[in-house]
Amino acid sequence: MKEYKFTDKKDTRSGFGAGLYELGNKNKNVVAMCADLTGSLKMNEFANKFPERFFQAGIAEANMVGVAAGLTIGNKIPFIGTFAAFATGRVYDQIRQSVAYSNKNVKICASHAGLTLGEDGATHQILEDIGLMKMLPNMTVIVPCDYNQTKAATIAIADYKGPVYLRFGRPKVPNFTDENQKFEIGKAINLNKGTDVSIFATGHMVWEAIEAAKILEKQKISAEIINIHTIKPLDKKSILQSVEKTKAVVVAEEHMINGGLGDSIAQLLASKNPKPIEFVGVNDTFGESGTPDKLMEKYGLKAKNIVDAVNKVISRK
Amino acid sequence: MQDINKLKTIAKNIRKDVLTSIAEAGSGHTGGSLGLADVFTSLYFDILNHKPNNPNWEDRDRLILSIGHVAPVLYASLANAGYFNKDELLTLRKLGSRLQGHPGKNHGLPGIELSAGSLGQGLSVSVGLALSAKIDNKSWKVYTILGDGELQEGSVWEAAMSAAHHKLNNIIALIDRNNLQIDGPTNKVMTIEPLYDKWKSFGWNVLKCNGNNILEIINTYKQAQKEKTKPTVIIAKTVMGKGVPDIENNYEWHGKAPTKNQLKLFIKNLY
Repeated sequence: MKEYKFTDKKDTRSGFGAGLYELGNKNKNVVAMCADLTGSLKMNEFANKFPERFFQAGIAEANMVGVAAGLTIGNKIPFIGTFAAFATGRVYDQIRQSVAYSNKNVKICASHAGLTLGEDGATHQILEDIGLMKMLPNMTVIVPCDYNQTKAATIAIADYKGPVYLRFGRPKVPNFTDENQKFEIGKAINLNKGTDVSIFATGHMVWEAIEAAKILEKQKISAEIINIHTIKPLDKKSILQSVEKTKAVVVAEEHMINGGLGDSIAQLLASKNPKPIEFVGVNDTFGESGTPDKLMEKYGLKAKNIVDAVNKVISRK
Repeated sequence: MQDINKLKTIAKNIRKDVLTSIAEAGSGHTGGSLGLADVFTSLYFDILNHKPNNPNWEDRDRLILSIGHVAPVLYASLANAGYFNKDELLTLRKLGSRLQGHPGKNHGLPGIELSAGSLGQGLSVSVGLALSAKIDNKSWKVYTILGDGELQEGSVWEAAMSAAHHKLNNIIALIDRNNLQIDGPTNKVMTIEPLYDKWKSFGWNVLKCNGNNILEIINTYKQAQKEKTKPTVIIAKTVMGKGVPDIENNYEWHGKAPTKNQLKLFIKNLY
């Protein structure tokens, strides 16, 4: 098994902040907005250095989405930031009509997604956002796995013309991907070649998949780990190639099973190459207060849950 | 300014095109489209700085139609201004047409800045546009058309707050104040008055005019263009169904199409 090391743990939202700041320096058309969560989104550095290109939206997310759409008609590239719960569900109609249907070059940057938001509880822990966004025509959906990947993704989406949903999170997690990586939208990354099972993971669950593969190796199970950072458009070719080889699938995501990455992969395989598949995700329930780690454990989103799912799926081969 | 009689003729032609296209489609929003014909004539044939043969010209004034359901008056105005051939108006609402029931940005029709239909979004988009003009020190302006019933959407007031906060004097919004909405008079459905005071208290420059008097509309827009610090809103009193005596001020004509026989009658009575 390929070894992955990390020297530090970092939050993906800080990767976003760093990427945005770098963009501010290199692209004068990049502008940013935030709905009263500038510190939480790590947008302070951009706001302080480029005050003429940063707009405080106040606690008015619906307006922020519309303003962003307007900025694109004036040829700006707006990055709008707030918590994932308010960046999607609260403003779905604004995104649907003024951004997606109008095909505006708005970058919706959503932090504190999923259970790992932690103590604030279920009102803020959105687990449906990937589903909401991937259903919209014209929308690209990206969920990076660590600080470096989030930074690279943030920079990459400025060069892509069209609406993007970029999802990241609050907690500090292992920062293990290459610092100087080039982020390719829609291109899955094979983190470990294996023969017995394909584990497709996104966001915070990618590191859990790596941990799971280490345990599986001791059980003499060879797991292929594929980092799906772009949920839409899905890298169908990489997925089909891997599944053709392993003939068993586990999908891991910090999201509702219903409507998430697992759905997309199951749909693809059902029509192209049906194989046993197991899902590691949240099963039709709201979250609750707790530390990120305890929540991930309670709701079955740890490495051991991936291991269990792999054993189950292999028995179904 | 253009010759006023010429503008009146254009407004009448636009009304005729609105009626004809909606009748051909068999459905559509007749009342509001007719009521706004004078406002659209004033904009497209006098106030707006635009180039119909170069619709994406960078320095154009932007017209943001927030009430997408009056698409027929927008399409008729664009066609009369030369954005596309008038024959195409007869494709309104038909499969494959560039003239969607509510404006769709990506159906290829020139002159459409934004998809609109779900209410309460156009003023926010206008704020973004106005901000981008300020960043680039551009002098073009944003002309927004709002409905009166639409003001019941809370997001309009989020946008109103932000436009004043950013001192966007390059926004001139107009409220189509015809006092009617689908379920009846606005004051019965949901009170929106006192409109003047509301917008004033939100920090806007507020003007009023008769929205069916072209000379008055143009003069009010010209007054608004001089504002130095605040966004401007024009409360334009209009008559739903204006120009067709048979249907004026009747809210049942908000979303109804004339039959072929009614069309003949309405065009005959058009004034």
